[in-house]
Amino acid sequence: MQFDQGYDVIVVGGGHAGTEAAHAAARMGARTLLLTQSLESIGQMSCNPAIGGIGKGHLVREIDAMGGVMGRAADRAGIQFRTLNQRKGPAVQATRAQADRSLYRQAVRSILDEVPALSLFQDTVHDLIVERDQVCGVVTGMGLELRAAAVVLTVGTFLGGTIHIGDHNRRGGRAGDGPSIALAERLRAMPLRVGRLKTGTPPRIDAASIDYGSLDAQPGDDQPVYFSRWSRGDEHPRQVPCHITHTNADSHAIIRAALHRSPMYSGEIDGVGPRYCPSIEDKVVRFADRDGHQIFLEPEGLDTREVYPNGISTSLPFDVQIAMVRSIRGLEQAHITRPGYAIEYDYLDPRDLHPSLESLQLPGLLLAGQINGTTGYEEAGAQGLLAGINAAARAGGLSPWVPQRHEAYIGVLVDDLTTRGTREPYRMFTSRAEYRLHLREDNADLRLMPVARAYGLISDAAWTAFATYRDAIEAERRRLEKTWLRPADLGDDHGTQRLGQPLRREQSLMNLLKRPEMDYATLLSLPGAGPGPDDPAVCRQVLIGARYDGYLKRQSDQVARQARHEDEPLPADLDYHAVAGLSAEVCEKLHHHRPATLGQAGRIPGVTPAAVALLLVHLRRGRTRQSA
Amino acid sequence: MPDGTICAVATPPGRGGIGVVRLSGPDTAALTEAVVGPLPAPRRASMRRFAGDDGSAIDAGLVLWFPGPQSFTGEDVAELHGHGGPVVMDRLLQRLLGLGARLATPGEFSHRAYLNGRIDLTRAEAIADLIEAGSESAARAAVRSLQGEFAATIDALVQRLTDLRVHLEAGIDFADEPLEGLALEDVTRQVEGVAAEVATTRQAAGRGQQLQEGLSVVIAGRPNAGKSSLLNALAGRDAAIVTALAGTTRDVLESYLHIDGLPLRVLDTAGLREGGDVVEQEGVRRAHKAMAAADRILRVVDDSDPGDEALPPAEWPDHVPVTTVYNKIDRSGRAAGESVSGLAVSALTGDGMDALRGHLRACLGADDTEAVFIARRRHLQALDAAAGQIDEALAAARAGAGEELIAESLAAAQASLGEITGAVSTEDLLGRIFSTFCIGK
Repeated sequence: MQFDQGYDVIVVGGGHAGTEAAHAAARMGARTLLLTQSLESIGQMSCNPAIGGIGKGHLVREIDAMGGVMGRAADRAGIQFRTLNQRKGPAVQATRAQADRSLYRQAVRSILDEVPALSLFQDTVHDLIVERDQVCGVVTGMGLELRAAAVVLTVGTFLGGTIHIGDHNRRGGRAGDGPSIALAERLRAMPLRVGRLKTGTPPRIDAASIDYGSLDAQPGDDQPVYFSRWSRGDEHPRQVPCHITHTNADSHAIIRAALHRSPMYSGEIDGVGPRYCPSIEDKVVRFADRDGHQIFLEPEGLDTREVYPNGISTSLPFDVQIAMVRSIRGLEQAHITRPGYAIEYDYLDPRDLHPSLESLQLPGLLLAGQINGTTGYEEAGAQGLLAGINAAARAGGLSPWVPQRHEAYIGVLVDDLTTRGTREPYRMFTSRAEYRLHLREDNADLRLMPVARAYGLISDAAWTAFATYRDAIEAERRRLEKTWLRPADLGDDHGTQRLGQPLRREQSLMNLLKRPEMDYATLLSLPGAGPGPDDPAVCRQVLIGARYDGYLKRQSDQVARQARHEDEPLPADLDYHAVAGLSAEVCEKLHHHRPATLGQAGRIPGVTPAAVALLLVHLRRGRTRQSA
Repeated sequence: MPDGTICAVATPPGRGGIGVVRLSGPDTAALTEAVVGPLPAPRRASMRRFAGDDGSAIDAGLVLWFPGPQSFTGEDVAELHGHGGPVVMDRLLQRLLGLGARLATPGEFSHRAYLNGRIDLTRAEAIADLIEAGSESAARAAVRSLQGEFAATIDALVQRLTDLRVHLEAGIDFADEPLEGLALEDVTRQVEGVAAEVATTRQAAGRGQQLQEGLSVVIAGRPNAGKSSLLNALAGRDAAIVTALAGTTRDVLESYLHIDGLPLRVLDTAGLREGGDVVEQEGVRRAHKAMAAADRILRVVDDSDPGDEALPPAEWPDHVPVTTVYNKIDRSGRAAGESVSGLAVSALTGDGMDALRGHLRACLGADDTEAVFIARRRHLQALDAAAGQIDEALAAARAGAGEELIAESLAAAQASLGEITGAVSTEDLLGRIFSTFCIGK
């Protein structure tokens, strides 16, 4: 049967990708339907109860600058905030928060409920409606036909999931929900490349059974920060500490003795797990000389007794899990509330996507989140945001947003995925970003809010406030560049003392700020230098800009050099064998990856600058022929 | 990609007396003026002195100035016509690179001309071929330039740099993990170590070991087989002392000679034999080293001595082609000239020497000379860039700047060295991090 009046955008899945996608699309004014197996589990944190971290915090700030959900929800749910890498420079500092699962779910739900153009509906999806090779809707488990100009699929680990606990395995999605087997089978029947990945979780432990007295506490920062520029500053709930313990020789002996019962070592699992998030049995095997591994005991919330022991993800049999957990200091009497498990799931090769996250083979279908081979809430949310914007853009006849590597971590993420694909669950690291010094948490708004505004995601009031902030930074920069300090201005020794060293010749305040030892307060205290801007965030931006100045200039030169042909589109049906001079190996790579632009082609491993030059010549020649 | 101001030697190497260095790009006028003084009138040849960075003359010759778009590439173009030897051409290039030009990639002048509409459609295919052929021969040349000690030093350097980056990047991306990371003092010390290593490598490379005039041919063989006589016959003068005593040549002697304009560096080695005194053993060691780095070996056999056997195969480097030369045919009576097994000559009478010259000319073609010479120049350029970036990292480390700034410069240095050895990708780096540290709390 037909249901309702039809939609502009249908989002399938209510996880972190799905909620960002639905929220962004609806905020752009698209009539949006969010379809999920369970309305209660919208915004569910199915793995560890934390948001952010190095690289990931950067993504949260970017989602937030684009008007997204995650930062605001984390501010309302965060029960322990820490700024990581405080002793390093601003580019690699990042925010991480432990989050209360239930507060987080509530926050996400209430943020979604604020958006008038968004409707929610509970049902499974069994099929896609494909007409004239375009996706134009979905068929639900109840048999409803729902139509839309674009469908965003964010079905995560529900797709063909198999859960392993020791030698016991069953089909299922996360946290006990049923797998989307019908949809998985349907997708496997389509001309999409499907692969298999795995990930795992640790057993959960009842806090009342933990002996905290014998453990070290890890408190959050004294001044907990906020992820969101939209938060007012009173959203944080009560703050609590985490605790730290370690595995020991006994735990390792227990694990070694049971390795043959682990599905990973018995060959039961064929999916590829992430190298940076190994199970405890992996760690014990690969780093055999270590006599202990650190475990963070992370509270799952303020009102729940469940604790997430971060560091002992496992798929060993349940009896081994109990013995292993009870061998650990502080956990001698531990009661396990849920066993740890490994889950295998399907993912679709992201090289079959445009950088807008739309499918190459099935226009109208966009894919976001774990289904594209990523792991993590932040990576999922970032893709969801992008897919939601581009689904609404498709429905509204706008051109898609394709963030570039030098603009955002979201750009690094989609370029890595769609250009190189992935063989393990993909997680963001700052070392993936060649423009790391520019892609900072502190300037996510300056980088992205103009884009968000152009897509209608920023209200007039918010835009005015942002413009004031941006202009204040520019004005302060100009002021420091134009204000000069002469040696005579310092007068007495007092000024020289503050400066740290004598002033030999006239200098602009901006040049003085570039000195590594100079801070803003000292600068403003020099004769004629103050008073500065009232907003400390403005000063911070100017200071960071001054410190990184030379490096940032070099990076933007690099960007300009590479941008010259970056956007030169490569036709989807380009026959690389017809390009004169390309080696067979390069041809094969280009056929396999099907890059969307010349810039993308150049980043495929093995494609040489000479090959890119040949492609450019080929393209220009083709164009001249057509116009002749 | 069209980008910046490029330069290259536009004439085939080693032929004739004139060599042309061509420049194209936005900074052509400024760069040319820095070398030759005020520009001549457009499209008029004018005699000038080419000045090095210290003001001394590199050469003197003609300058031509073609302001764009009326030029071959459509950009500003200049040509410096000097004396054609590779050393002069290389010094001119080096001067221009020092001023901010970069070496043109294969086919890049034509490529620019095409993109600026200066050559028509029908030549596009030809350019494609040119780029492809050029990069193949450049790749071959890069491999040749990378043989021997230079490659080993660069490899060691890249290893050390990668290790350091693995620690730095792990410390940045996994600050939350209990890693046995490096303290800032350790980082500074290690960057100092790498900086010193780069400086040494640069010195060694700059001494000329890596950038010789022409390809190297090593003359090797048993003592008294007539190696030095052969060198003298090739060179046409007494380059090596020739006596009838075995073991006269105790070191490696170098001679430069041209065969039909093809520049060759011929090395005459000590006779290869066991025993002898310390000095002679050292000579043998150097002979083996010279053979390993050679472009071709001439293995000289005394044809008049039936007992003069080949060296045990293990002594000969695998990757260097060998030509066997049967010497002293004036005594053995063999007919002069080329056969399947080798060339028969008499260094004494000159019989068969023309055939030997022809053979060398044929197997060491001019294209390769160009390519090896350019490849070496490119490698030195990359090494220079890396050295600058490592110095920058060191300055940042000493000033106590953030580790992300040290990491930034080291990543740039690695990218520069990557032009010599192939790039180290982020995936490679992450792989190293995960295998070095137990990540995953």
